[in-house]
Amino acid sequence: MAETAQMKVSDEVAIRIDNMNKWYGAFHVLRDIDLTVHRGERIVICGPSGSGKSTLIRCINALEEHQKGSIEVDGTLLSSDLKNIDKIRSEVGMCFQHFNLFPHLTILENCTLAPIWVRKTPKKEAEEVAMHFLEKVKIPDQANKYPGQLSGGQQQRVAIARSLCMRPRIMLFDEPTSALDPEMIKEVLDTMIELAEEGMTMLCVTHEMGFARQVANRVIFMDEGQIVEQNEPEAFFNNPQSPRTQLFLSQILGH
Amino acid sequence: MSDTHAESIAFVRESSLPQSAPPDKVGGPLKWVKDNLFPTWANALLTVVALYFLYLLLSGSLPWLLNGVWSASSLSECREILDGASGACFSVISERWHQLLFGFKYPSDQYWRPTLALVLLFIAIAPVLFIDLPRKLLFFTGLYPFLAFWLIWGGPIWGPIFALLGVIAGYVAYSRLVHKSFAMALAGGIVAAVIVWYIGGFIGEALRPASPLLEAIPSRDLGGFMLNMMLGITCVSLSLPIGVALALGRQSHLPIVKGICVVFIEFVRGVPLITLLFVANVMLAYFFPPGSGVDLFIRVVIMITMFSSAYIAEVIRGGLAALPKGQYEAADSLGLDYAQAMRLIILPQAMKISIPGIVNIAVGLFKDTTLVSVISLFDIIGMIRGPILASTDWNGVYWELFMFASLLFFIVCYGISQYSQWLERRLATDHR
Repeated sequence: MAETAQMKVSDEVAIRIDNMNKWYGAFHVLRDIDLTVHRGERIVICGPSGSGKSTLIRCINALEEHQKGSIEVDGTLLSSDLKNIDKIRSEVGMCFQHFNLFPHLTILENCTLAPIWVRKTPKKEAEEVAMHFLEKVKIPDQANKYPGQLSGGQQQRVAIARSLCMRPRIMLFDEPTSALDPEMIKEVLDTMIELAEEGMTMLCVTHEMGFARQVANRVIFMDEGQIVEQNEPEAFFNNPQSPRTQLFLSQILGH
Repeated sequence: MSDTHAESIAFVRESSLPQSAPPDKVGGPLKWVKDNLFPTWANALLTVVALYFLYLLLSGSLPWLLNGVWSASSLSECREILDGASGACFSVISERWHQLLFGFKYPSDQYWRPTLALVLLFIAIAPVLFIDLPRKLLFFTGLYPFLAFWLIWGGPIWGPIFALLGVIAGYVAYSRLVHKSFAMALAGGIVAAVIVWYIGGFIGEALRPASPLLEAIPSRDLGGFMLNMMLGITCVSLSLPIGVALALGRQSHLPIVKGICVVFIEFVRGVPLITLLFVANVMLAYFFPPGSGVDLFIRVVIMITMFSSAYIAEVIRGGLAALPKGQYEAADSLGLDYAQAMRLIILPQAMKISIPGIVNIAVGLFKDTTLVSVISLFDIIGMIRGPILASTDWNGVYWELFMFASLLFFIVCYGISQYSQWLERRLATDHR
């Protein structure tokens, strides 16, 4: 635990979010979000449901549009220009709660599709890279099956491998273990821990507090569209400052 | 929700449990009959009643069918042969065989041309229908429409050749420009094709041979089941891509594109096909430049294609709506652009969901091609109601002729339906 938490974080800025606001119609989802993520940093975002944590990370790769403020990813300012958005999306990997694998393609095709079409990698090379990452998530033997034949945990690991095949510089995780059986949560978390140990910049919305303690260098607590509190995991869990955070932690760790 | 997940060891079974055999099934035909036909008194009664009706049906129709006359040359001769006995007069089918299949104006020494076109159709369509066949066969599929046009209509070969060259020029222009912008590539492709067609028109005129290799046959001379097949195949293959475009257009965020698609779909769906066909017959000529004399066949194809593409668009829209939003998001998050996401992720899945609906419309469209008989085209129904039933020889032979027409349509439609079921099984990869 101690050694993973002390991995180097560079001064280089990976994501800079400045005074960002978002509305769904008249509903104010995100309020004045300021967040700077450095390269190599691993951030866990938690908070009650409806607090805007998923929306926040979905804004980073423009799956959601923000209406005010600015988001800068890897030095590229996120604007409504489609070329800009596609560039950022190809640099930022994302894993979803429901995996969202493509059911009509095999596992291997799922992994090679984006490298072949977006990065214009030759098919053979893309397949080698895909097999490398499938080995890394420990399911190379399933490469020619279809997603529907795999268990939830395996599917989520494929989803991680699929993102990694694009060689992203940043990974976003949107509640990656929430749709899984307890048994399968561990295999997915192990994969994520391994990724963190290699120095990947990660933003992870999750309720897995064990994971947060072990891997994160910063835990962010959100409520009602605001960042209420952020701190290193030790301080965050042992000495939460705001009463809202204390209440949340007492409920989530209480049982 | 604590450290436990990260620290517990997942339970892993090392070997499978031995399987126990399922209980023996008691079988045999007698048991089947008892279980399925006579399980209770009420069911036994229903079985007996059903068998009685079956007997009535067959005892009425079988003698008529089996006693059919195949060799007479007119209805009166047929009645003489039967001599009061019950029997069908199938000789109308053998005697008017060519008229039923090719119409009454198509030169009889040229029947090999549409027949060859039909045979080649199977080769051309195979790689489209069976995705496991080598993709190189698609080359012939691309060539086929021009070849079939030349075979059936005949005339100077320059027409189809320049039409093909125009399409190739359009495609080359499109693929050169497509990396810059899709709209520019589309416009460039169309312009290039039109230029080639325009120049080709002059060259074709200059090269017009005194007597073409294949005798030219005007559209008015096409007829019989051949006309139904030609309309059906042309319209289905044209309306599928147009339907996809309309369905995507209806989902578009661009208000003008969306508006055009919605108005088109709602208008066409709100008008009976027969009305559109009358428009094609009488009025559509006003919309084309005077003297262009667009062929009636093409006008009918335009109308039927418009009609069915609107329906196909709605079916595909249903398929698109059935896809989870996560598929769109996953495609987006990987950095695929709109065209890639649609072509590689969304449409393959949406089309698969839409197969039953599309087949429904394809089958319906194929049968609706008989409606052209009301605008005095002599398709198989037009032939039966017109020249054949009106002739003194065969006046009054309804059952045999319409049964034959039904049989032809049934064979094709049942084939389409069986193919679609095979395709659904072949594409079932989601293991739900």
